Amino acid sequence: MDATLIKQLQIHAVKIRMGIIEGVYNAKSGHPGGSLSIADLLAYLYFTRMNVYPDKPDFPERDRFVLSKGHTAPALYATLAERGFFPMEEMKSLRHIGAMLQGHPCIHIPGVDMSSGSLGQGISAACGMALAGKHRSDNYHVYTVLGDGEIEEGQVWEAAMFAAHYGLDNLTAIVDNNGLQIDGRITEVCSPEPIPDKFAAFGWKVIQMNAHDFEDIDRAFREAERVTEQPVAIIQHSVKGKGVSFMEDQVGWHGSAPNKEQYEQAMAELTAELKRLEAEA
Amino acid sequence: MSDVIKKATRESYGEALVAMAEKYENLVVLDADLAAATKTGMFKKAYKDRFYDCGIAEANMMGVAAGLAAAGMIPFASSFAMFAAGRAFEIVRNSIGYPHLNVKIGATHAGISVGEDGATHQCCEDIALMRTIPGMTVINPADDVEAKAAVAAVLEYDGPCYLRFGRLAVPVINDNPDYHFEIGKGVQLKDGKDVTIIASGLMVNEALIAAEALAKDGISARVINIHTIKPIDREIILKAAAETGLIVTAEEHNIIGGLGSAVAEVVCEGCPVPVKRIGVNDEFGHSGPAVDLLKEFGLSAEHIAEVVREAVSAK
Repeated sequence: MDATLIKQLQIHAVKIRMGIIEGVYNAKSGHPGGSLSIADLLAYLYFTRMNVYPDKPDFPERDRFVLSKGHTAPALYATLAERGFFPMEEMKSLRHIGAMLQGHPCIHIPGVDMSSGSLGQGISAACGMALAGKHRSDNYHVYTVLGDGEIEEGQVWEAAMFAAHYGLDNLTAIVDNNGLQIDGRITEVCSPEPIPDKFAAFGWKVIQMNAHDFEDIDRAFREAERVTEQPVAIIQHSVKGKGVSFMEDQVGWHGSAPNKEQYEQAMAELTAELKRLEAEA
Repeated sequence: MSDVIKKATRESYGEALVAMAEKYENLVVLDADLAAATKTGMFKKAYKDRFYDCGIAEANMMGVAAGLAAAGMIPFASSFAMFAAGRAFEIVRNSIGYPHLNVKIGATHAGISVGEDGATHQCCEDIALMRTIPGMTVINPADDVEAKAAVAAVLEYDGPCYLRFGRLAVPVINDNPDYHFEIGKGVQLKDGKDVTIIASGLMVNEALIAAEALAKDGISARVINIHTIKPIDREIILKAAAETGLIVTAEEHNIIGGLGSAVAEVVCEGCPVPVKRIGVNDEFGHSGPAVDLLKEFGLSAEHIAEVVREAVSAK
């Protein structure tokens, strides 16, 4: 991967993280931890891989994205804003009465392909979209992001069985393996591990990657695009709260908003990172 | 009565899907390993490449249907009412209802007339569940003609629909040239002035038989078929309440939350008159031949007539 492109993606990812913090802080609620852990992934998908059209969000041939772990909507919204679907300013009214940006993804928001948030459901909808693509011989690809806690839902495995049965090689599911869920470490709550083995046993091609290294992300997706006749599960090893020092790997930041002081510290850290990256670019 | 043609509405459903396939090229059918029973097997046979079996996984099937609809297809997702509306309720609500996707749910084996399979499969809660989902259209056809008309109508409507079909063969009552189906429009089958019997599904025929018996006793009963329970035809119900002053509802569903409740809501708010509800009285069913169960649970013309007589005399 080209060094300039990596730098650009890093800059997009920091801006997405700033959008996440801005949104959750102003909403006084929301889920920063799991949003920050997928910021790099979403930057990569929306700025290198997916064919999307901010001026024509419903273009039939576009690639689709379903945020199955819908509670991390701030990451999706900030990414869509950064990509030009709507102004980043919208993040400030996230979760407010009358605002466009709902607490969980809503299909009526420009760029949002599916309402989601009740865990385990997004992957099924993604299967349906991929099946429609196969049925009509369309060329679009469908991406869905699941939480590692989310895969404790039985419906995920119904969908996993379905996708493999129908050979949905136009579907890529990314499992955000940050190791934490609301009640604690996933291995202590009700362990879904070993995650790669489970997807492999269900007939998926499994690829693992470092969620915060664009070279490795790119390697994983290049490998994924060569897979045929079976769906791909990318297990991304991530850090919950990535990019904000005091939120990293802290279960308490799953679903709580920063206070003013914490907000200012987070923004100061991200602003410094942005300046550093821009100076290098 | 030997010339009465009987047919289960699930058969009509299967036939209608096949009949509509040519006209609607985006129509696809999903089932959850019950194609032989829901009669989507007819479609599978005729259009193999447009049929997708999801296996015994109704939750995923509803989500797949949502994704198909979001990508421009018109999926009919089929299973027994118990699993389509019951097991998959939350998926229907969040993945189909909330985004208001163009998914048609074909739910067969509704009600007590499932028969021998017993209580676990006798779904008498589906109408209640489905009609609480904002934007969901709920249709409970009375016979073969109406079931086919309902399938045709929902294909012309863009939005989520729940279609309720039965396992038991029931008399064809709508085979007349004047028959017209419109989503949300009740049908007055017989005029009357003393009472209005409002029925749905297989109880419509029972209501007509009851009205004949009541006529012999000098009671003039209006009969209205409410095939669309949501959106409900307020106009026809309020007119009946105002003109007959007494409503008796009849449905093969729990008396809580179904047709009777929907009618009572309209009547209470718009033209308060007494409403008597006939249905399954908030209890589970059990195994037995469907026709015997219908009698046992009071889902019969005789019981309707009895309730009407009592209610009219108390007027």
